[in-house]
Amino acid sequence: MPEQLLFASEVFLNGLMAGVLYALVALGFVLIYKASGIFNFSQGVMALFAALTLVGIMEGRVPFSHVINATFDTEIHHFGWHVPAFAAILITMGVMVILAYCVQRFIFRHLVGQEPIILFMATIGLAYFLEGVGDLMWGSDIKKLDVGLPQGINTWIDETTFDAFGYGFFIDNLDIYASIIAALLVIVLVLFAQYTKQGRAMRAVADDHQAALSVGISLNFIWIMVWSVAGFVALVAGIMWGTKSGVQFSLSLIALKALPVLMLGGFTSIPGAIVGGLIIGVGEKLFEFAIGPMVGGATENWFAYVLALIFLVFRPQGLFGEKIIERV
Amino acid sequence: MIYREAGDFKTSYAADSQTFPIRLDRLGYYVILLVAFLVVPFVVNDYWANSVLLPFLIYSIAAIGLNILVGYCGQVSLGTGGFMAVGAYAVYKLMTAFPDVSIFFHVIIAGGITACVGVLFGLPSLRIKGFYLAVATLAAQFFLVWLFNRVPWFYNYSASGQITAHERTVFGIPVTGPETSAWAAYLFCLVFLVASAIIARNLTRGMVGRKWMAIRDMDIAAEIIGVDPLRAKLSAFAVSSFFIGISGALFFAVYLGAVEVGEAFGINKSFLVLFMIIIGGLGSIFGSFAGAAFLVLLPVFLKNVLVGTLGWPTDTAAHLELVIVGGLIIIFLIAEPHGLAQLWRLAKEKLRLWPFPY
Repeated sequence: MPEQLLFASEVFLNGLMAGVLYALVALGFVLIYKASGIFNFSQGVMALFAALTLVGIMEGRVPFSHVINATFDTEIHHFGWHVPAFAAILITMGVMVILAYCVQRFIFRHLVGQEPIILFMATIGLAYFLEGVGDLMWGSDIKKLDVGLPQGINTWIDETTFDAFGYGFFIDNLDIYASIIAALLVIVLVLFAQYTKQGRAMRAVADDHQAALSVGISLNFIWIMVWSVAGFVALVAGIMWGTKSGVQFSLSLIALKALPVLMLGGFTSIPGAIVGGLIIGVGEKLFEFAIGPMVGGATENWFAYVLALIFLVFRPQGLFGEKIIERV
Repeated sequence: MIYREAGDFKTSYAADSQTFPIRLDRLGYYVILLVAFLVVPFVVNDYWANSVLLPFLIYSIAAIGLNILVGYCGQVSLGTGGFMAVGAYAVYKLMTAFPDVSIFFHVIIAGGITACVGVLFGLPSLRIKGFYLAVATLAAQFFLVWLFNRVPWFYNYSASGQITAHERTVFGIPVTGPETSAWAAYLFCLVFLVASAIIARNLTRGMVGRKWMAIRDMDIAAEIIGVDPLRAKLSAFAVSSFFIGISGALFFAVYLGAVEVGEAFGINKSFLVLFMIIIGGLGSIFGSFAGAAFLVLLPVFLKNVLVGTLGWPTDTAAHLELVIVGGLIIIFLIAEPHGLAQLWRLAKEKLRLWPFPY
């Protein structure tokens, strides 16, 4: 095989892995949008918040220690214990459920029946709020997150491809695990939505709020549950991205990467989120590989958006989205 | 007792359809203009101009622009930062290419250039609506910032990648560059703000504005009663981008003086201006002013209280500011979706009857 083609296929594989992670974030958006019609801009910040909380708990940091120290002139930082990763993940999940309850109780319960765009702006406010709270609670320094996922080059793939083509592919172990976990998560979510009582109720709510209400489904409960599930997805995404590049503010920007994924796949479709994520991941990596050097690089910042924009002009509801029907 | 419209008779159509039909409102408007033009320039100092007045004036122009698009025409845009960057880079290129022409015209032409770019990125709005459009405008935001970062022609091949405003004068008085005095910069921005506000106010009262509002309320219905969505939406994008471009040009040339595009015109700027019009009031010119004033004053106030009085470190105070801004957005959306402008309207209603309950 010619060398360029080998490079390109390595880029393709890495794009696929990145795409899985984009899809993971996009999945959280789709869940909430389907069930409550809220376009949750704060999904990325939720991932950041979850990852921050996880690190904070694992390292036994004292919440709000910066604020306490600044106000009372004390010097407290750590409780002095370390929580094992599994327990910390469970506790963080608890925090996300509490967060889901609070979001529902204090924000969206008061906004029922408002226009979608108002709800969208409320989630932008929520994103700012959460970002500030996360930083106040755990400090804004870059933290290392290590829950025991393997990292570094996968030697087996490197050696096999080297034997076959004379060129070893560089693929990160973490990306492989992330893809497997993401795939498992999607399967679990689909099974949950299709075969459990709560999942069925969730789909009913997504179909028609009032019809669901009239057969005795509690909207309040379903919405809290959906936000909790989205919180869980955010936690998984936060762990993946946090392990990869450290827990810091830029983590919340993955939400911005997930938006074009959603546009491409359609806001209402779980398969759409996954296919869209893969297309965007592969597309932006290949574009950067092929065209990037000619125009100065860093095209990843905007490529996804422009791709989604051009695509939407031809198909406004995305790849798998429901057809938009408008009536006067 | 103070605020009455009784005895205020209108005898002509012109009197009836003027911008401030109530005499007291009109008086208040003239008094504010007098104070702004004749009193403030003599008392303003560098601290007040740089930390409060200039940002307020410049953000007000941006907020008026965005309010036309989001509040009047209903097309949510998250590309404000990108469009401000277009204005800034346009004025920079014009300033360096034609140093003899007055900066005044450069700013206006920069607005015009931004309007063209705005129309270009507004084109998808004919096919894409709602959230999809909001996300699509992010394409403008990221693409434009990337473009100004990567193409050296835009920053005249300077080594740092920054653009810097050189000294330019209006009537012999410097308004840009390091020699600018506070009052000159203030007056320069004020002229643009007043002109923008008058133009915007009259546009939104007239036929164009009514078409925008028809599109906002329901675009299909508007189309059926004869509003051309192509023209209405694109004109909203053009006018909005024009104002935003002017504000970007002033932000760079008069206020900051030197700009690094990703830092000054990043996505956060888009959100900041959007928050201004949400807190101020969607679909209200007064609301644009109120929102800009609120979000300019809030950080100054918090900084003085938290860092100055309580002695917190600056970064912790900045985080608390995020919490407060985010919380306020949510509270406003829940309690008063029409923002400060609606509170002002209610206050006036109450004042009319005061001191009687009804």
